[in-house]
Amino acid sequence: MTLTLSLGDLSLSRGGRRLFSGLHLRLEAGQACALTGPNGSGKTSLLRAVAGLGEVDSGQIEFGGTDPGTARASGLHLLGHLDGLKASRTAGEELDFWTRWQGGGPEAMEAAVLRLDLLRLLDLEVRRLSAGQRRRLALARLLSSPRPLWLLDEPLSPLDAHWRAQVLDIMAGHLAGGGLILAAVHDPLPVATVALEIAP
Amino acid sequence: MNPALGLLRREIAIAWGRGGGLMVTGGFFAGATLLLPLASGPEPERLAQIAPGAAWTVLALSALLGLERLFERDYEDGALDLMAHASLPLEFTCALKCLGHWLATGAPLAVLAPLAAIALGASPALAPLLFACALAGGLAFAFTGGIGAALSLGARRGGLLTAVIVLPLFVPPVIFGGGALHAFDSGLPWRAGFALLGAYAAAAVAVGPLAMAAACRNALS
Repeated sequence: MTLTLSLGDLSLSRGGRRLFSGLHLRLEAGQACALTGPNGSGKTSLLRAVAGLGEVDSGQIEFGGTDPGTARASGLHLLGHLDGLKASRTAGEELDFWTRWQGGGPEAMEAAVLRLDLLRLLDLEVRRLSAGQRRRLALARLLSSPRPLWLLDEPLSPLDAHWRAQVLDIMAGHLAGGGLILAAVHDPLPVATVALEIAP
Repeated sequence: MNPALGLLRREIAIAWGRGGGLMVTGGFFAGATLLLPLASGPEPERLAQIAPGAAWTVLALSALLGLERLFERDYEDGALDLMAHASLPLEFTCALKCLGHWLATGAPLAVLAPLAAIALGASPALAPLLFACALAGGLAFAFTGGIGAALSLGARRGGLLTAVIVLPLFVPPVIFGGGALHAFDSGLPWRAGFALLGAYAAAAVAVGPLAMAAACRNALS
């Protein structure tokens, strides 16, 4: 699936408070956008709105020629603070479940496990993982079921220097393969080609 | 293994996992049934008379136990976000979650219910009907209960709210099932009550997921 992401004149409110209005963005294959803004400015809400979780006040979210329902069901990954991993299940069970759920295959999952060095962690319960290990497990879900658009909320924050570099490398690889990334970040994102600042 | 089957397996594994599961639900069921002879006196005739109804009522209450966590845990850890934008419709996902809940707790309780009724002195002839009622009723409890669980998403003390929303929805199946059991026990025609119970369960399975998915979307937005 190839798609582009365009936000046209987008306005969003949460809890009766206007977060932003008149937001424009156009993201083509191979482009990454670093989404910045102060805490509470609506970065997470924007990512969720693109994923179809929550209504927008006005404006359009379009995925090129792709029907929004299809694009959201099988064309994008959302990775946030809440990663959907069950604390009481093992890392391997959870990765296996989400891979199948998102239509990925065993080969891609194996490659993702190796890329993110998760082999030793697969037998551990998710509750035993550190924040950084848990984030790597969540990132493995993205690699194990390839989809063009990645919506990432603070993807690097719990990672150490080594893994930050590795994940940036993975993101660069995704872009080189024609992927798109919209990432909410506080620190500069070296792979980003577009910058979008949300001002209240 | 396709995603739907994977979800069903995961739901059952989580329901049986730590801090919940069969032992807890079964233990609650056994404990609550045991309270009855203590409260109403041990005369065998009286106990035998109320045994089927008691087992049936306690079954309905036991069905409430795991409900509050049915959607709440997926809502809290973000899994519901991922389930809401998936190739499976959210309605179908909700139905699978309820089915998993029923398989994990409702169906085993259906085996316990006749045992408890017989232990209280009910006629063993009643056991097959009570088992069938508990199976159908459990399905109705799971699917109407799911509506309450989805509606109370994000509320503080959602478990209590779930119970308050759901108990009125439990009234018809309790009446139909209890009526069928009582009629069977008294040698009267019992099929109508059982058919109504089955119809209620079927309606709950058909309509419940629509309401659950709408409530989940509302909570996520």
